[in-house]
Amino acid sequence: MSINTGPPSAAGDFAGGLSPGPIGSPILAQSVGVAGGAELAAVAPGAGGGSFGGGRRWEFLHFALRNPKLMLGLGVELIFVAVAIFGPLLAPYSPTYHGTPALHPSAQHIFGTTSPFGTDVFSQVLYGVRDSYVVGALGALFAGAVGLVVGFAAGYRGGLLDEILQLLTNVMICIPQLVLLIVISAYLTTRGVLFEGVFIGVTGWPWVARAVRAQTFTLRERDFVDLARLSGRRAVSIVVKDIAPNMASYIFLVFVLLFASSMLVAVNFDFLGLGPTNGLSLGDIMNQSTLWSALELHMWWWFIPPGAALTLMVLALYIANVGLDEVFNPKLRQT
Amino acid sequence: MRRYFTRKLITYVVAFFVATTVDWAIPRLMPGNPVQLYLTKFSITTEAQYAAIQKLISASFGVNVPVWRQYLDFWDGVLHWNFGLSFYATEPVTHVVFQAVPYTLALLIPAITLSYFLGNRIGAMAARRKWLDNTVLPVGYLFQAAPYAWLALAMAYYLAVRYRWFPVDGGYNPGLIPGWNWTFVASLVQHWFLPFLTVFLVSFGGWAIGMRNLVIYELETDYARYLRSLGASQRLVRKYAYRNAVLPQLSGLALALGVVVGGNIVTEVVFQYPGLGHLIFLAISDEDYFLLQGIFMFIIVGVLLANFVIDIVYVIVDPRTRLSMQGAPA
Repeated sequence: MSINTGPPSAAGDFAGGLSPGPIGSPILAQSVGVAGGAELAAVAPGAGGGSFGGGRRWEFLHFALRNPKLMLGLGVELIFVAVAIFGPLLAPYSPTYHGTPALHPSAQHIFGTTSPFGTDVFSQVLYGVRDSYVVGALGALFAGAVGLVVGFAAGYRGGLLDEILQLLTNVMICIPQLVLLIVISAYLTTRGVLFEGVFIGVTGWPWVARAVRAQTFTLRERDFVDLARLSGRRAVSIVVKDIAPNMASYIFLVFVLLFASSMLVAVNFDFLGLGPTNGLSLGDIMNQSTLWSALELHMWWWFIPPGAALTLMVLALYIANVGLDEVFNPKLRQT
Repeated sequence: MRRYFTRKLITYVVAFFVATTVDWAIPRLMPGNPVQLYLTKFSITTEAQYAAIQKLISASFGVNVPVWRQYLDFWDGVLHWNFGLSFYATEPVTHVVFQAVPYTLALLIPAITLSYFLGNRIGAMAARRKWLDNTVLPVGYLFQAAPYAWLALAMAYYLAVRYRWFPVDGGYNPGLIPGWNWTFVASLVQHWFLPFLTVFLVSFGGWAIGMRNLVIYELETDYARYLRSLGASQRLVRKYAYRNAVLPQLSGLALALGVVVGGNIVTEVVFQYPGLGHLIFLAISDEDYFLLQGIFMFIIVGVLLANFVIDIVYVIVDPRTRLSMQGAPA
């Protein structure tokens, strides 16, 4: 396996890159590594971009449909995605509707109402799911994009560029993401959902870059990459057509995890009152609940449902991720 | 070894430089002007008054000199641990921060070390016991998926507000005079427990899952198979698997630090625990920019030091880094 082939220090870096810690999750410490590695082994003989051909795709689908973890995670996630898309249509009240304050959960107000304005918490949660997803998706997209570019460039080019990009990555790792975001946002009076997503992405890429670099490093030495280089193709084309497809499943898993971690960063950030000023995310609802002392007033229905919704959204992604890993990785399938 | 530490040190020096520059630049790049904001706190009637007060504030903020001077002045402040005065406490920022640091360390150090050690142990155990695997894994994922803010709120509500097993806010009972007596220490511990538990639980799940996966992976490797084929006891094989699995977990710890520090901030805010996180929250709501700048630098220095400690531990745990120190080929 690729982990054991590198020099000692590289081995440490490599494995470390795969476990982005409690939020990005060491879940993948092994899983992503093995998935990537196993696929390398499986695909290398086929060589190059063509390896992702028809038969293999059906094989994935075959195992995907029979994987209970993937189906469970995906099922729950799809329900929430449906809520994000149609939620505002289903919401019984407007999120700014003012009614009787501090009502317990009941048939009229499934999650009760807030105090002192009497807005319907259920409707707010339905709206909030959408904003949380948008921020998570934007964060994942940007972090993934930056991480891939930095990782590919460092891993494929090597040399001085690699040194510089590695330094940049390690420096970013030393600066806590949430703290940096807080310091930046504290000076802004208006903050949009778009801004939040992009900023989470721009600060959340270092572990992706590390992991992608390590994977690219092992692929760069393969014969089919040498062959592509000999044929005089440009580096970008080799990376896109020969290297990236061979770690496609790995990249996919990285995006799933980035999606989850971006949503988690966003909810904590919003909870501090630094969330979007033009939207209503799940974190914003919890922020308002503390501002109006919901805790001391025993109004649990104000802060438990939004957090529970987000936990389920992230949990479903994690479970789907474990399932996907089993689908992509033949080694894990039997067990 | 020397190369290993040189690389790490270069990274930390650059990180410190970047962080300091960012900390200095952000207030100057952002649309909100701290001087203007501070001016709104005065009741000003005439233009002459406005000009005079603005001049005074600009001078006291040190923004009446060229930008390059401001940058050098900031470095001078950083190197002397001088971040100016906090508006909120009307005290030097360093004093305010030093009062909060012990509380944050009291949460973070036990939470990080205990979750790391227990998580690794339990995770390694889960890799060989089916029933443990079936409980540790789902619970671990659940805690990992729960946002700090929410877990903290849920704990504060159920364990403190509703059933009153623990106090809900502050660092100690405000009716007590701080001192080294049993009543006060007991109060400190009571207030400390829930925020600690929150930070601990989220990290714990991650370590346990990571270790379980790594140990299972190590048990499938050639050296483990070879060892088994030689007739080594299951115990011995597991021991080697564990030792190898600890290394990536240790690198993971360095990566996780930033996340835990961020989570700790949110947790402190929920429990109004008087550490740095709560102070950040106050600084934001009071628009106390000097305080915010100072806290940022303290957190960066703390994280860099912690990273350095992890590097040293890595050398102790991984014999290969030590070998290269003695001149053997790396």
